[in-house]
Amino acid sequence: MARDSRLGTTRTDHSLGRWIGSVPSIVASIVAMFANGPSIRLLPRLDDDNRFFWTGGKDGVLRFLKCGSCHQLVHPPVPVCPACLGRDLAPEAVSGRGRVHTYTVNHQQWIPGSEPYVIGLVEIVEQPDVRLTTNLVDCESEEGLIGSDVEVTFEQHDEVFLPLFRSVDSSKENNS
Amino acid sequence: MSAGPPLERQAAITGIGQSDVGRRLGRTDIDLTIDACLDAIADAGLTREDIDGLATYPGAGTGMAGFSGPGTPEVQDALRLKLNWHDGGAEGPAQMKAVIAACFAIAVGAARHVLVYRTVTESTAQGEGGRQGIGGSGDGGSGSVPRFSGFLQWTLPFGAVSAANWIALVGQRRVHEFGLTREQLAHVALNGRRNAALNPKAVYRQPMDLDDYLAARMISSPLCLFDCDAPCDGSTALVVSHVDYAADAPHPACHVNAVGTALRGRPSWDQFDDMTTMAARDASASMWERTDLVPSDVDIAQLYDGFSLLTLVWLEALGFCGRGESGAFVDGGSRIALDGQLPLNTAGGQLSAGRLHGFGLLHEACVQLRGDGGERQVPGRHEVAVVANGGGPIAGSLLLTRGSG
Repeated sequence: MARDSRLGTTRTDHSLGRWIGSVPSIVASIVAMFANGPSIRLLPRLDDDNRFFWTGGKDGVLRFLKCGSCHQLVHPPVPVCPACLGRDLAPEAVSGRGRVHTYTVNHQQWIPGSEPYVIGLVEIVEQPDVRLTTNLVDCESEEGLIGSDVEVTFEQHDEVFLPLFRSVDSSKENNS
Repeated sequence: MSAGPPLERQAAITGIGQSDVGRRLGRTDIDLTIDACLDAIADAGLTREDIDGLATYPGAGTGMAGFSGPGTPEVQDALRLKLNWHDGGAEGPAQMKAVIAACFAIAVGAARHVLVYRTVTESTAQGEGGRQGIGGSGDGGSGSVPRFSGFLQWTLPFGAVSAANWIALVGQRRVHEFGLTREQLAHVALNGRRNAALNPKAVYRQPMDLDDYLAARMISSPLCLFDCDAPCDGSTALVVSHVDYAADAPHPACHVNAVGTALRGRPSWDQFDDMTTMAARDASASMWERTDLVPSDVDIAQLYDGFSLLTLVWLEALGFCGRGESGAFVDGGSRIALDGQLPLNTAGGQLSAGRLHGFGLLHEACVQLRGDGGERQVPGRHEVAVVANGGGPIAGSLLLTRGSG
């Protein structure tokens, strides 16, 4: 995992053997089945249009552009509201809650060293036609993923905070 | 639509040509392209002096190594063509855009005989590195990983680096919404392999059965290795002529009856309104709006199979079955076999014949309409063929009818 720590990622270790004997068995029981993402994070190039989105995780908030006239969320960011053609758009915080529209488990080593990870397509609860391609993290099983409720969690890489999503249920479990 | 027949009916495919096709041929893209182009020009009963238009998809310098083939300036200069019209580019109704643009150029009188080609050398280019995603293979060691803008910024950070991943998202939604099974999906691949056995140029011809398919390693669920097409080297060319030449051509012309070009949903892999269909829905609808023919008139279907799942999407979009019913439609394979109700991807498709990127399917549609399929010729009626290209937010289609010629 040396490569991961160098890049500042948080990853779930798949080798159950690493857990057994070194941590309480309760931890082993919640170890994720899938990795939380690829071994290497390819990152966005920040510019004046997208910086608010990719750095919003700094204060733990997911933001989208919102039209000041018709209140539509606009994604990806463009300097016009596609609904009403309004030009008064500004980043607006959303709850960070979403629902899984679809997913896939990637097995191919496009990025060498990657363990199978879950790519999700998440609808934002405030406006379900706004979707994010993301990773579903701390994911133990594919069962029932589509339609399940998720919430954002951020993974920092330098100034970029990648919005990832985890099951609302499993996050409660982790907090208990 | 204005009164009168659609303008694309001024165009007909009068010549077809193809280079050698294979894995790691080790030949340059221009070398293969010249083979295909000269083949097509001769097949049309023309000489290069007759060619006054040139078009390709996507044009030089696009995509990963081996993807784009030579641009039109290189081909024009190599053959010293004197052109009244020329065009290349990657934006538009999928790979079909080059053919569709040629039809329109002919219809408005900008050209009379347009040479259209598509060349790939992806197998040679990928010979060292294996399959790669669109964003590249990643470089964990150098510390100088590039950053990404545009659409890729929204997918690459999450390891959604390949069209395989983006299409897999469509696939898993179809599993959820329609109950699609791997056993159903398999029949697109198995049908292709069965037909490829009858195609001497196909890159994968050895028999494959359902057990082989189900045992293949997963790429991105629900897509396994055999759901992904096979990179190859090869060039396909055709001559699109004004329809008044059709009767003089040496072979039966393939008349362009209607083109499918629409994109009414958002041009996005992950924001499209219906993730089970995407642009195939719109291209198909616009094609049927331009013709009195209906899906049941189609004798032969050549539907894009860059991923097997896309063929299912096209079957529904084109109205060969209802929404969500394509899995059942292909199940068992008999309906899509050479002697079935809708013979599909009769040369093996891209999954088994090789990823000629849409133009292999187009070439085969013409071969079948002419009745030149040999061992794999569809028996009985072969008057109407549909060709569909593309996936996700990129789609184009073509409805062809056989001339008397």
